[in-house]
Amino acid sequence: MLETRESWRVQLEIFEGPLDLLLFLIRKNEIDIYDIPINIIVDQYQQYLEIMRSLNLEIAGEFLVMAATLSQIKSKMLLPRSEVEEEEEDPRAELVDRLLEYQRFKEAAGELISRAQLGREVFVREFDEESLKGLVGEVKRERLEFEEVDLFKLMDAFQALLDSRSLQEIKRVVVERVKVVDRIAAILEKLRENEFLEFTALFSGSRSKAEMVVTFLALLELIRLQVVKAFQAGNFAPISIKRAVPADDQKMKPGYLTSLVSEKESQGGEE
Amino acid sequence: MERNRIKSIIEGLLFISGEPLSLERIVQVLEGEEKKEIRAALTELVREYEEQGRGLRIAEVAGGYQLETLKDNAEFLARLVKTRPIRLSKPSLETLAIIAYRQPVTRLEVDQIRGVDSSGVIATLLEYGFIAIVGRKDVPGRPFIYGTTKRFLEFFRLKSLADLPGLDEFMARAEEQAGDQNLFTDRSREQPEAGPEETKAGDQGQGPGSEGSAD
Repeated sequence: MLETRESWRVQLEIFEGPLDLLLFLIRKNEIDIYDIPINIIVDQYQQYLEIMRSLNLEIAGEFLVMAATLSQIKSKMLLPRSEVEEEEEDPRAELVDRLLEYQRFKEAAGELISRAQLGREVFVREFDEESLKGLVGEVKRERLEFEEVDLFKLMDAFQALLDSRSLQEIKRVVVERVKVVDRIAAILEKLRENEFLEFTALFSGSRSKAEMVVTFLALLELIRLQVVKAFQAGNFAPISIKRAVPADDQKMKPGYLTSLVSEKESQGGEE
Repeated sequence: MERNRIKSIIEGLLFISGEPLSLERIVQVLEGEEKKEIRAALTELVREYEEQGRGLRIAEVAGGYQLETLKDNAEFLARLVKTRPIRLSKPSLETLAIIAYRQPVTRLEVDQIRGVDSSGVIATLLEYGFIAIVGRKDVPGRPFIYGTTKRFLEFFRLKSLADLPGLDEFMARAEEQAGDQNLFTDRSREQPEAGPEETKAGDQGQGPGSEGSAD
């Protein structure tokens, strides 16, 4: 098997883009958005790209464009202020505007999600006999005030986990598709019995870094398919994984997702 | 016709209607009755439902009136319903918010705000019927322009696009969220509305567009 060619790539587009990463870094470092220390941000931004690369995540072109923009700002910042024309604005200004503009729409999206939604909080008379199924036995009651965890936070947690273990260092991990599919099946298996799993528990059986990476990619894939969600009770609380569909959902059945995933793979030669 | 009779007819109409019923439609059905009288009956009916603590209320949604269940009962009602609610991903919601506020808007304009390609999410939103192609922009390439639909209003239980908070309202929250804790102390989530007049004021052209929405 030519495993170098058959490397697994996770498409990030459904997760987040470069602006999300920047906002994440700004929040993480508790930076004043109107006075971004560009050197720190450039370095950290690059570090994340590096992690993504080493995980074999597909880095969208937009991330690279942003990296170039950041370097450009950085070099402009190095110019002595006096040599710059009087009227010239802060090289960071345009980026700050974009970030705020984007964040504003993220807030607006939050507003939408907080509204009562049809079929979830509010029902109207549009059901026919068919869509009523009688009373269901199983009743779920938990309503945890958990925050959904984004990709970068997951990457952080994963990096921390890697750091905390003395594992063999592998510079670039080549991940076989087969293994990711296996891990997906294993995670689903666990989630059929338990609705929640600790993030760290996913990796408890892993012996090598490669194994951990494969598990992590499997998790990302499951999040992408909206089968599981990553949650956190607070900023520093441990991350847990929650099943986002009922245990008897067809997505939870052995083989269903994994066949879907390999199907997607075979269509794939990106770029 | 007596007020009570009109009310009971309206109640029946709302019961059988599968979608929000506009005042105009009700007026059409109740041919011969004065619009003013019908409106008054409707207002009374709305109030009665609320005052009597029923399991239903009459909501103003997408330019019409609709009987809907109470939010507080959702947990129980969901047990009877087989269809699973639509769950939009974060990128889909962001894109939807951008389209709602910036419509009519091209994909490229959405991409520019999000900093990533949005064709995938736009396809999903089209599929759900939350947005529609409302025309083409008169620029080279004549790209499609998108707008939100009546279904969008129905899904998020909005009376009209103007029912969405002004975009300016999100600015303080955005600054705060982006880490600027010095200027804005913690008052983000607890403060849902700061008075509608104020918030709409500095919002020229930014707020949700016209009352009407694409269909």
